[in-house]
Amino acid sequence: MKVRVSVSLKPGVLDPQGRAIQHSLEGLGFSGVHDVRAGRLIELEVEDGVTDAQLDEMCRQLLANMVIENYRIERVPA
Amino acid sequence: MSFRSAVITFPGSNCDRDMAVALEAISGTAPARVWHGDASLPDGLDFIALPGGFSYGDYLRSGAMAARSPIMRAVVAAAARGVPVLGVCNGFQVLTEAGLLPGALMRNAGIRFVCREVSLRVENTQSLFTSGYEAGQLIRIPVAHHDGNYFADEATLDRLEGEGRVAFRYAEAVNGSARDIAGVLNDAGNVLGMMPHPERAIDAAHGGTDGKALFVSAVKGLVGA
Repeated sequence: MKVRVSVSLKPGVLDPQGRAIQHSLEGLGFSGVHDVRAGRLIELEVEDGVTDAQLDEMCRQLLANMVIENYRIERVPA
Repeated sequence: MSFRSAVITFPGSNCDRDMAVALEAISGTAPARVWHGDASLPDGLDFIALPGGFSYGDYLRSGAMAARSPIMRAVVAAAARGVPVLGVCNGFQVLTEAGLLPGALMRNAGIRFVCREVSLRVENTQSLFTSGYEAGQLIRIPVAHHDGNYFADEATLDRLEGEGRVAFRYAEAVNGSARDIAGVLNDAGNVLGMMPHPERAIDAAHGGTDGKALFVSAVKGLVGA
C-alpha cells in the first residue's frame, strides 16, 4: 500500500526557501500570497502489515528532523 | 607519544584531505583514513574528525544519510567514551543529525551559498579544542556552506549559552544563525561542531593561520606538548 509522508517546517522556524518562492510569485505578478512554506513529500510503498507505530518511528528516526520539522502520515487507499 | 587520529570519509566528502593534512602538520602523525562503510574505528584513537564537503548527495537533509551510516555507530560509541570528535561544516551537520550535538543546520537565511573568510569571536577557551585561544579573540576563518544557519529552540539556546557551550560566534552577518552561533560543544565538552573551516587556515599560504590554535590545543591537551 502507498503511504504519503508530508514533512513541513515547524511553525516559527524561518523558511528562507519559502520566502524566496513567495518573492518569485510576486515577481511573476501574482498578488495576494501572504506566506509560502516549502516542505517535502515522501511516498512509501509498504506491505500492508507495516504498522502505524513503525511508520511513526521511520519519521522520527529518519524522514523528519524533529528539531525543526513536523510530519504527517497518510495511508493512501489503492 | 604519538597522536592517534582518524578522518572519516563519506561519499562526497571533499575536505577530508585538508583535514588529514592539518592533523598531520600539527601533530606530526598522519591520521588513519576511515571509510563511511567501515563498521569500526582503529583502536586507541585520541581524536576523530568528520570533514566538510557533502555526504550521500546530502539527500533528505544535509548530513542525514551520513549520520545513519555504519561508521557513525562507532563514532557515537567513541564519543560516549569521551573520545574527542571534531565535525567541520558537513561534519557539523552530521553530528547534529546523529544527535551528538543539539540543534539543526538549515538553509542560509540569505538563500545563497556563502564562500569567504569571516570573523569569529572565540567564546569558550576552556575546551580541549579552544584552550589555545584568548577569550573574546577575533579570528579569521573561511566558511563555505549553503546550510549553515544554526537553529535550536530558545530553551536549548539559553542552555548552551549558560553552560558555555557556544565555542565560536560569528562577528559579522554570515548565514542567519541563531545568536550568531558558529560552533557548539556537547555537554561533556568532547564533541565540537563548527561551520567554519579551521583546517583551511593553518598555513601562511592559506592566507591565514588562525585555525592552527584549534589543532594545537587538541594535540597538546591530548598527548602533551
